[in-house]
Amino acid sequence: MRMNEHPDHAGPAIVVEGLVNSFGDFAVHDGLDLTVKRGEILGVVGGSGTGKSVLMRSIIGLQRPQEGRIEVLGADLSDQDPNGETGIRSRWGVLFQGGALFSTLTVGENVEVPIKQFYPDLDPALRAEIARYKVILSGLPQSAVAKYPSELSGGMKKRAGLARALALDPELLFLDEPTAGLDPIGAAKFDRLTRELKETLGLTVFLITHDLDTLYEICDRVAVIAEKKIIAVGTIPELIATGHPWIEEYFGGPRGRSAHDAHLRGEA
Amino acid sequence: MQTATQYTLENLGEDAGTARLALSGHLTLAHIGPLEHDLRQIAGPIGTIDLKDVEEIDTVGAYVVCRIAREHDSDITGASPAAERLLAAVRGLDEGGDIRAPRSPVWERVPAALGEKIYGARRGVSGVVGFFGQILIGGASVLRHPRRFPVKALVHQMELVGVSALPIIGLMSFLIGIVIAQQGSVQLQQFGAESLTVNLVGRITLRELGVLMTAIMVAGRSGSAFAAQIGTMKLTEEIDAMRTIGISPIEVLVIPRILAATFMMLLLGFYASVMAIIGGAVVGDATLGIPFITFLLRIQEVVPTHDLWVGLIKAPVFGLIVALAGCYHGMQVEGNSEEIGRRTTMAVVSAIFAVIVIDAFFAVFFTEIGWG
Repeated sequence: MRMNEHPDHAGPAIVVEGLVNSFGDFAVHDGLDLTVKRGEILGVVGGSGTGKSVLMRSIIGLQRPQEGRIEVLGADLSDQDPNGETGIRSRWGVLFQGGALFSTLTVGENVEVPIKQFYPDLDPALRAEIARYKVILSGLPQSAVAKYPSELSGGMKKRAGLARALALDPELLFLDEPTAGLDPIGAAKFDRLTRELKETLGLTVFLITHDLDTLYEICDRVAVIAEKKIIAVGTIPELIATGHPWIEEYFGGPRGRSAHDAHLRGEA
Repeated sequence: MQTATQYTLENLGEDAGTARLALSGHLTLAHIGPLEHDLRQIAGPIGTIDLKDVEEIDTVGAYVVCRIAREHDSDITGASPAAERLLAAVRGLDEGGDIRAPRSPVWERVPAALGEKIYGARRGVSGVVGFFGQILIGGASVLRHPRRFPVKALVHQMELVGVSALPIIGLMSFLIGIVIAQQGSVQLQQFGAESLTVNLVGRITLRELGVLMTAIMVAGRSGSAFAAQIGTMKLTEEIDAMRTIGISPIEVLVIPRILAATFMMLLLGFYASVMAIIGGAVVGDATLGIPFITFLLRIQEVVPTHDLWVGLIKAPVFGLIVALAGCYHGMQVEGNSEEIGRRTTMAVVSAIFAVIVIDAFFAVFFTEIGWG
């Protein structure tokens, strides 16, 4: 997002090493490693219950891992106070599955919340203006700015959630199933918006998805979670070349093939 | 090396339109606050805005630059390719309305609020009547299909409303008994009639206080819980899911709660009265010289049986009112999480108010039929 290079802008955006997460006797992650490069859109796929969301929650500090090292934008988060990471928290934005908007605030006021939290001295008029343009930048109409979340459709809630995630001009964006529950047209639009924002703002995007079209259209690389680890990371052809049975089934099934065909038609 | 975020304004010629605004440093959300404040004060026309010395820019910086450029109709020069991209992304987004929900002026809001209250009261009355009707229909269908009745839910609710309330209601009633006996005896001593403390404690707890205080406690404990539980289920669409499967939420959620509260209120009311009498007897033993057992035996002699009946008749009615209020307000929840809190409060307040009003009617009624 920012023009010039800070010293810490050089390294990878996210480094996860030897992550171990378990709930009781059930281990979700066992020695998981992952590196997200700066400026890429990384898609994370895996069967239901393989710990995609847990991985995201570990990275953003909502879930304390049993073991492992997590480094985000050059800062080591493994042994920091979960409530004290304000510096790093202002440099990422998170879009939760259902949008997770504050229901008693309007969409615009929702976007204001993080700005108020991190920059309380900012002039309220400017803050309101920033909130408004972020909402419109996220593809919502002007009329939606003063509406309450309960007055919005599911797709609009996701866009409003995206506006709040973008409130602080983050360098890193976490999206948890952004296109789930959207109609195909809305999903395609959301994909395009993600791509556009990534290109204009220079974002790094960590994207959890089940949507094969999203993977083909906008992801630079895809990481596959299975067997409590990341079993492969790479472009989709690279993944298929690994010959892992789960990956073959995932991309080689009827849905995978049709998404691939659609992608080829789109390029032609 | 960090350059301070600042601006310089230079006038190149006599023509005001050629003024040049040079910005430098960090045009980012973290640094732009004071600069933006100063820039608003600039009155004169600005010919060009120079971004050559800008070290860092984000969408907020680009937005502010775009807004000034539009207000002064000026050109932007010296922008790096990245800055150019950001400027293009936010261009044209700097016009538009307020982000707050629209708010009308006070002289419109006050009458509007009053009108809404009146309509709300009317809707409330018809809503309560309708709810009562739904319960009767639900009750009839339970009687027709008794096997469908959720016995487990009923027992569970009885435990929550009744059994788990025993310690707090017992303690509360015991203390109330102590207070009545102690305060009453002080007054009665002036007439040398402290032995009448037994009559006072026995009659007032069995007739009034035991049941009334229990109803208030149950309204706070269980009426609020009913409203919050049902309200949350309403928000998470659990109630809608039940309806689509053909389960009536009235039958599985409301009727068990109403039956549990009605029945347990009967037992709790009696239990509370007993605990209050024990509290009174403790005071009698300790300060009035009336032995504990004698106090209890005297209760039997001085309290007419109809006092017990008055309490036992009122208790289930109060329980019914508390449960009805809780379930009704729970079912009325719509929209957002704030509504749950509002409805829970309304459930408790309206339940306690209704209980006290009905209690006044009962007092007159029982006196009229000679149970004074």
